[in-house]
Order: sequence, then structure tokens, then C-alpha cells
Amino acid sequence: MAVIDHDAALAKAGANVSGFWGQAGFLARRYPLGAVGAVLVLLFVLTALFANVIAPHDPLSTNSRASLATPGGVYWLGADFMGRDMFSRIVYGARISLAVAVGATLLGGILGVAIGLMSGFIGGWFDLATQRLMDIMQSLPLLVMALVMAASLGPSLENTIIAIAIPLVPSVARVVRSSTLSLREQPFVEAARAIGMGEVRIAVRHVLPNTLAPLIVLGTAQLGSAILTEASLSFLGLGIPEPYPSWGRMLSESAAEYVRTAPWLVIFPGVAISLTVFGTNLLGDALRDILDPRQRT
Amino acid sequence: MVSANPPVIEVKDLKKHFPVKKGLLRRTVGQVYAVDGVTFTVRAGETLGLVGESGCGKTTAGRAAMRLVEPTSGSIKVEGKEIIGLSKGELRPYRRQMQIIFQDPFSSLNPRMTAGDIVGEPLLVHGVANAKERQEQVAALFARVGLRTAQMKNYPHQFSGGQRQRIGIARALALGPKLIVGDEPVSALDVSIQAQVINLLMELQAERRLSYLFISHNLAVVEHISHQIAVMYLGRIVEYADTRSIFTNAQHPYTEALLAAVPVPDPAIKRKKIVLQGDVPSPVKPPSGCHFHTRCPYAVARCKVESPPLREIAPGHQVSCHLR
Repeated sequence: MAVIDHDAALAKAGANVSGFWGQAGFLARRYPLGAVGAVLVLLFVLTALFANVIAPHDPLSTNSRASLATPGGVYWLGADFMGRDMFSRIVYGARISLAVAVGATLLGGILGVAIGLMSGFIGGWFDLATQRLMDIMQSLPLLVMALVMAASLGPSLENTIIAIAIPLVPSVARVVRSSTLSLREQPFVEAARAIGMGEVRIAVRHVLPNTLAPLIVLGTAQLGSAILTEASLSFLGLGIPEPYPSWGRMLSESAAEYVRTAPWLVIFPGVAISLTVFGTNLLGDALRDILDPRQRT
Repeated sequence: MVSANPPVIEVKDLKKHFPVKKGLLRRTVGQVYAVDGVTFTVRAGETLGLVGESGCGKTTAGRAAMRLVEPTSGSIKVEGKEIIGLSKGELRPYRRQMQIIFQDPFSSLNPRMTAGDIVGEPLLVHGVANAKERQEQVAALFARVGLRTAQMKNYPHQFSGGQRQRIGIARALALGPKLIVGDEPVSALDVSIQAQVINLLMELQAERRLSYLFISHNLAVVEHISHQIAVMYLGRIVEYADTRSIFTNAQHPYTEALLAAVPVPDPAIKRKKIVLQGDVPSPVKPPSGCHFHTRCPYAVARCKVESPPLREIAPGHQVSCHLR
């Protein structure tokens, strides 16, 4: 019987299986696009965490003489009509975007996973009831749903996160439920039952990990759409209240008036949103491959 | 020839009917008589081969005997104790006595767990060993089923079909069961690997006095491993005897037909050919009287109205046919 030694094969391919940096280097070589995504996301997260160190100006202080200042000089990326430094506002905006994106995706993901897993595993009337509820929620577009939620909750960071998280629940629940339905009939689940494992433990240990791959892709896509939805809500006055910098509102409030006269007010927040969404998507694709043991060797 | 070994599992008049539901209100419009009154005994250190065509209910019978599917009615005694009616918690100690090996070596192992974790999981669930002991026991099981202990940290996709089946066997052995239900455990493997796995199962039986309920559609495989054979047709056992009697002195026309289909490696031997006509009838509407009468070459008027009971025609040889 031929024995394939995976460790030897990996070592030859340049995988330093032990050690964090060695492994990271190996993965970066294997998934160059994922590495680009990881760098972008890392940059985004670091910007958010160290906004107070990075930003050269106070993002909230106005200066009438600097109104609509062009990029360069004191204001690297220009200033808006109230004379607030664009670079500082974008740097601080990363905090809001990160909080909303991660908060909403996590909250929506946890609720969605719980509902989907129970729906698929319990079945029967519970499944029927929850799925019809999900149908009703999904019949409204994400933004409309978020609008209704935000309008009834009132504008604040927490409420924006909740308003965006709830509409994300049905798609997560759907994905988890459909994988659960096929997984619960798999012989390895029956084997777990045969050794006397409880149903909850089977659901968490055997079913949930196997629904992860599509969830990670969905989750990273949702990070992007959460950032975009927050922007739309803020533009309509239902998201992050003034004067806190939100990329979405910076983009949308200047788009109509200043796109011809001061395009930097539109371009830079737009670039920030695009790069972040792009980064999360690239990272998500790579993560799905890395987290699937079948693709690891 | 009647064995004197004590019975490990005694299944009596086991039935499993699945409701057929239709329409908006999911009303029950009929029953699938998957297992319709099956009685068998597996004795310590022996193998009972359960054979039949696909769809005859042999897999469901095996699952129902372990209460992996809930039987509709009947009695299952494990070492003399009735397990029908026990709650899940009460059933747990009996789970250690009975384990199962599956047909498909690919879907029977969780792709996201390492082989070592898969084999160690029964020990973890029953809390019979701490982490270090578990590691040692898993290593010992790996060695026993012919896998290298270095492979414990590998994932199922890194193994071949035969190796995966060995992992499945190691998992079934982990709790030291008395009975292992093998649900077509070699049918999905290459012929050369089949022999290796069968031999491993037989060695383990001799070594640990295991009992097997070996479910298969392949009489040649069953002949090699079984002490006794039960032939199933459409949810019922039609013939039940020790292996030699089945192969030399088959009484039921269906058993005869199955035996005639087993290839013989000598072209000079001419055998009576019995080719059954038609398909297995639907278990939703099984034929009246003897289930086999629609395909039986010897059927008489009586077979259509009266269901033949399983009668003992010689010590340890039971057959359900009016004509014997």
C-alpha cells in the first residue's frame, strides 16, 4: 500500500507547518488574492483601532476658511464645505463602519445560525412557522427592511447595528437550514446517534461545522452590504447621527452638490468603501478554502 | 445444528411501518411495510447474515434492531433485557453494547474531524477515559485495524475507501460492543479490499467474541463470514438456517433463486437456472398471502390467500412456504 506522507509533501511545497509566521507565509503564497484581502482588512481594522493616532485633525472641528479646500498641503485629502479634514473623517469613519459591519454581521449571523439550525433539525411545525416568517422578511429588500427597523428604533449606533442585523437573519437562516437538512441524514450523524450522543451535541458538533463554508462566504458578503446599508441609512438621517463621520453619509451628502466642484468629497469615501468591501470579499473566498480541510493539502 | 452460545440480541416480531403522507394536511394515506414481523437471534461470537434484494427491508431491520429508527412494534432483547420502551437516557448504556458500520465509507465520517477524533468520540461521549487515556486507546484501535497511529491527525479525505472503512470499524470497536451491525460494510469497496476488510472483521470476532448482524445483498460474501443466514423478502424472513444448510439444502424458492444467481468459478458446472420474473412488489401494497407468490415458479392457489408461517422443518432450519 502506497503511503502518502502529507507532512513531507507540504514541507517540500514550502509549508512551515509549525509556527504562525511560517504558516501565514505559506498561505499567502497559496492564496495571493486572499493575502491582498487580508492586508486590506488588516489596514481597515488598524485604521479603526488607531484612528486617534493616525488622524492629523479633529474630524469634528469646523473651519470656515478651509471650506472645500483642495487635497494637498494641510488637508491631504481636502476638506468638506464645513472645513472638516476629509482624511481625518475617513480615518474615524473606519471605526463606525467597522462597528456596524462586524456588529450587524455577527448579530445577524448568530440569530440566523440559531434559527436555521433549529429549523432544519427540529423540522415539523417549527420549521414551517420560522420559514414562513423568513419568507415575509425576505420579501422586503434589505434596505427597506432596515429603514423600517431604523425608523422605529431611532438613530444611534446600536440601533443602526440592530436595524441592519435583523434583515440579514433570513439569508443566513436559509443557508444553514438547507445544509442542515441534508447533513442530518448523513451516516456520520447516524453514527453519532449510534454512540448515544444527544441531539443538541450532534447539531453543534457534527452539523454546524459542516455548514461553515457557505456561511463564511455569505458573512463576508454581508460585511460589505452592511457597510453600504449603513451609508444609505445615514444619508436618510436614520443611521449614524451628525456630526459623527460615516463613510456612507460623507459620500451621499456630497454626491449631489459637490461631485462637479469638489469631486474629492465623493471619491475618497467611495474608495474607502470599495477597498474595504473588496478586501472582505477576497479574504472570505480564501478563508472558505482554508477552513475546508478537504482543500488544505 | 443448534448453537449453544448465549444470545446477544433476540429480536421478535419486529415491525417498522412508515406512513405515506399526502396532500396539504399531510394525511396518512397508507403504510410502507418496510419490516413486517421479523424474528431473529444473534448469538455471542457468531454472525447472522441478513440477505435480500435492495428494498426488502434488511437495512431498516438492522437499524430498527438498534433503535436507530423507532420500531412500530415488536420486542428487542439485548442480553435478555427488553430495550423497546426505554427512554433515550435509559438506552444509552445499551448503545455501548451495539454499534454499527455503514456502507458508504465517505459519508459515514465527518469530513471536518480528524480520524483520531472520530474514533475517540464514542469514548468522549460516554466519558470513559480522560484525554490522555483516550489518545492511547485510539492509538491502540488504529493499530488493531491496520492503520498507522501517525494518521490519527489526518482528515477522512486523506484516506482511501478501505482505510476509511477501517476508521469506521475502529469507531464501532471503541466502546467494546458485543454486537456490531454491519450495513453492507464491504459493498462499496473494491473486491480486493472487500476480502481484507472481511478478514479483519473475522479476526476481530475471534479475538473479542463479537457478534455480527451482517447485512448484505451478496450471498458469496455472507457465506464466508456468517454462521447463520436469514433470507428476507419484502419485509419478512422467508428462510432462516445455518449457513451450510442454506447453501446445500435451500428450501424456499426465493433462496433457490438467489443461490442460482451466485456466480460459480467453474464453467463446466451446469446449474438449474432460476430467473425470477418482474420486480419486487411495492411494500406499500404487498401481495396477499405469501408475499412471494407473484414471482414464485411453484405458486399454487393457496399461496395467494394464506400467508405461510415460518415453520421449523429441521432443527434450526426455518422456512416460510406452504409447499415444504
